[in-house]
Amino acid sequence: MLQIRELVASVEGKQILNGLSLDIKPGEVHAIMGPNGAGKSTLGNVLTGREGYEVISGEVLFNGEDMLALDIEERARAGLFLAFQYPVEIPGVSNMEFLKAAVDARRSHMKQEELSSFDFMKLAREASKKVSLDAAFLKRGVNEGFSGGEKKRNEILQMMMLEPSLCVLDETDSGLDIDALQVVADGVNAMRDSERSFIVVTHYQRLLDYIIPDYVHVLANGRIVKSGDKELARELEAKGYGWLEGEVA
Amino acid sequence: MSEQVESLIRQDYAAGFHSAIESDTLPPGLDEDVVRFISAAKEEPEWMLEWRLKAYRAWKEMDEPTWAHVHYPEIDFKSISYYSTPKSMKDRPKSLDEVDPELLETYEKLGIPLHEQEALAGVAVDAVFDSVSVVTTFREKLKEAGVIFCPISEAIREYPELVQKYLGSVVPQKDNFYAALNSAVFSDGSFVYIPKGVRCPMELSTYFRINELNTGQFERTLIVADEGSHVSYLEGCTAPMRDENQLHAAVVELVALDGARIKYSTVQNWYPGDKEGKGGIYNFVTKRGIAHDNASISWTQVETGSAVTWKYPSCILKGDNSVGEFYSVALTNNFQQADTGTKMIHLGKNTRSTIIAKGISAGRSDSAYRGLVRINPAAEGARNFTQCDSLLIGDRCGAHTFPYIENRNASAVIEHEATTSKVSDDQMFLCQQRGLDAEKAVSMIVNGFCREVFKELPMEFAVEAGKLLEVSLEGSVG
Ligand SMILES: Nc1ncnc2c1ncn2[C@@H]1O[C@H](COP(=O)(O)OP(=O)(O)OP(=O)(O)O)[C@@H](O)[C@H]1O
Ligand SMILES: [Mg+2]
Repeated sequence: MLQIRELVASVEGKQILNGLSLDIKPGEVHAIMGPNGAGKSTLGNVLTGREGYEVISGEVLFNGEDMLALDIEERARAGLFLAFQYPVEIPGVSNMEFLKAAVDARRSHMKQEELSSFDFMKLAREASKKVSLDAAFLKRGVNEGFSGGEKKRNEILQMMMLEPSLCVLDETDSGLDIDALQVVADGVNAMRDSERSFIVVTHYQRLLDYIIPDYVHVLANGRIVKSGDKELARELEAKGYGWLEGEVA
Repeated sequence: MSEQVESLIRQDYAAGFHSAIESDTLPPGLDEDVVRFISAAKEEPEWMLEWRLKAYRAWKEMDEPTWAHVHYPEIDFKSISYYSTPKSMKDRPKSLDEVDPELLETYEKLGIPLHEQEALAGVAVDAVFDSVSVVTTFREKLKEAGVIFCPISEAIREYPELVQKYLGSVVPQKDNFYAALNSAVFSDGSFVYIPKGVRCPMELSTYFRINELNTGQFERTLIVADEGSHVSYLEGCTAPMRDENQLHAAVVELVALDGARIKYSTVQNWYPGDKEGKGGIYNFVTKRGIAHDNASISWTQVETGSAVTWKYPSCILKGDNSVGEFYSVALTNNFQQADTGTKMIHLGKNTRSTIIAKGISAGRSDSAYRGLVRINPAAEGARNFTQCDSLLIGDRCGAHTFPYIENRNASAVIEHEATTSKVSDDQMFLCQQRGLDAEKAVSMIVNGFCREVFKELPMEFAVEAGKLLEVSLEGSVG
């Protein structure tokens, strides 16, 4: 699904990723933990092709193809999804309109027929129910005036509608209350299947009690410094990152 | 994003073709004889000729205004031809079947299939092709309701009392340089009269199109809504691709008598010039309405075209409890310049006005909002709310706000809000990460920004306006 090899990338002339490698197979859930400023969000931005993030060396293959050669929207249409750590507002553009445009773009890329407005609305309503957002949110501006938790759930709503093959969740759990955490986890778990993979960035072991990862990695200093299974997350919770000293400069 | 945003514009202007219909065009230049020729060609009564001559004489003594925040080469008024008419139209067609097929094709290229228009939602169309009104439909149905909707040239002959009473009553001949010019040489336009208590049974719509090279276009529109009547009027325009700058100086006058309501919506998409700033229409328009007791006038405009725009649809709130509204989207791209806004003149008691102005600048364009709110001493209890938002795309464009408030009554409540924002990298990234390309993303963000104004537009126009923004923004990101 995704192979990252020796990825070196910088932002604003500052090198942030220092030879990061990661291999993700279809259906796997990889959790990424690590100290603030380690480069976790940067990884998401580099993978999705955000402007300003410069790849210096290394390669990223997505379904065997050179992903770094694609535009932001081409990667997205090919099935790469990023749930943002800080979702932005787009005033005046209704959630519904935004979702429809996104879904149309994805479906047309996959040579699927455009959904009728009726079918689309139906799917959107179902999805909003699943993330416990009232259908009224579909008519509101994208994230406009949403609370922090509502914004995060809205990200999951978008993910459900787009049915991506690789989902990167950047601290989707931060700022969520216990119920919302459950909602988000349920949403993710419902989407797990043998084809779809997830990268879950989090600071808290708690999320991983709900979304059980296949692998846990520690990202520090722009590299994966330690990998393990879900037990690693518990160890980190108990010991912090200090014991990885030397790796975490 | 700036890089992205730097490169928004390349696409042939959809309306950029020049229709090959032959015209009778007067040689360039303006003097009293030209005014007399126009008046005679229109078979106008003597009083109308005198009215025009008075305007012409006033114009000769006036200077072009220079206070607007726009720059353009001096206009040589001697090089402009002041009258033209499509040849095959000398005998007015009785129905669409009699209309020059090429003319119809022209409309179709513009996406205004008249045949469909007729059927569509009962919209009546008074199409102005160059200077002569070519097709008027639905006249019968309107007649039943007692509504008059016809070319103003016809109204001058058929309804002289009405025209004589109201023409120039809101925008006098000497009002300003361009209004005086228009008064002297206006070729045609629309006349609407809604009788007392009548709700106009359909939206009235006129499509304008400038066609002849070097022919300034001077429409004159007069809408009179008698007591307690309602009317919604739509105006939309496009123009063909050309090199020379073209002058357009229209005058629109609205009269809303006691308790009447006039809603006037415009989608303006004249040729803006190419991406180097060459060509394009000069659009110097005077639009003003007067609202008597309990009357209301609402201007909604979506301005995306023209190289230079100078336009301030205004309301004189003369009557007590009268209401004035101005909803505006002005988009400039490439080298376009717009200086637009409104004037709300509060004369009556408890008069209310609302101004929502959205300016979008992209490329190297420059747009200015210029608004005046004047509360006269007698306007007890007057209220105004103004909201003025600018959105910048890229970092080579400009937006300016010139709000003028003249309050001479202590009881007035005036609120003014203004914001300037940019299409942010974060918003662009969100859209693109969800699979939208950069252009779609910008147009969506811009459409969202304009929502408050678009919702004031009649349904068909709202859709058209959204599409228009999309086309107008093409090339502003790459
Ligand atoms: N656009 C940018 N401009 C300048 N510096 C940046 C930019 N993006 C990231 N950085 C820097 O790169 C480093 C890694 O940031 P990143 O956001 O990837 O960390 P993170 O691991 O996601 O941290 P957190 O756990 O706090 O979210 C930080 O030092 C950050 O300041
Ligand atoms: Mg982060």
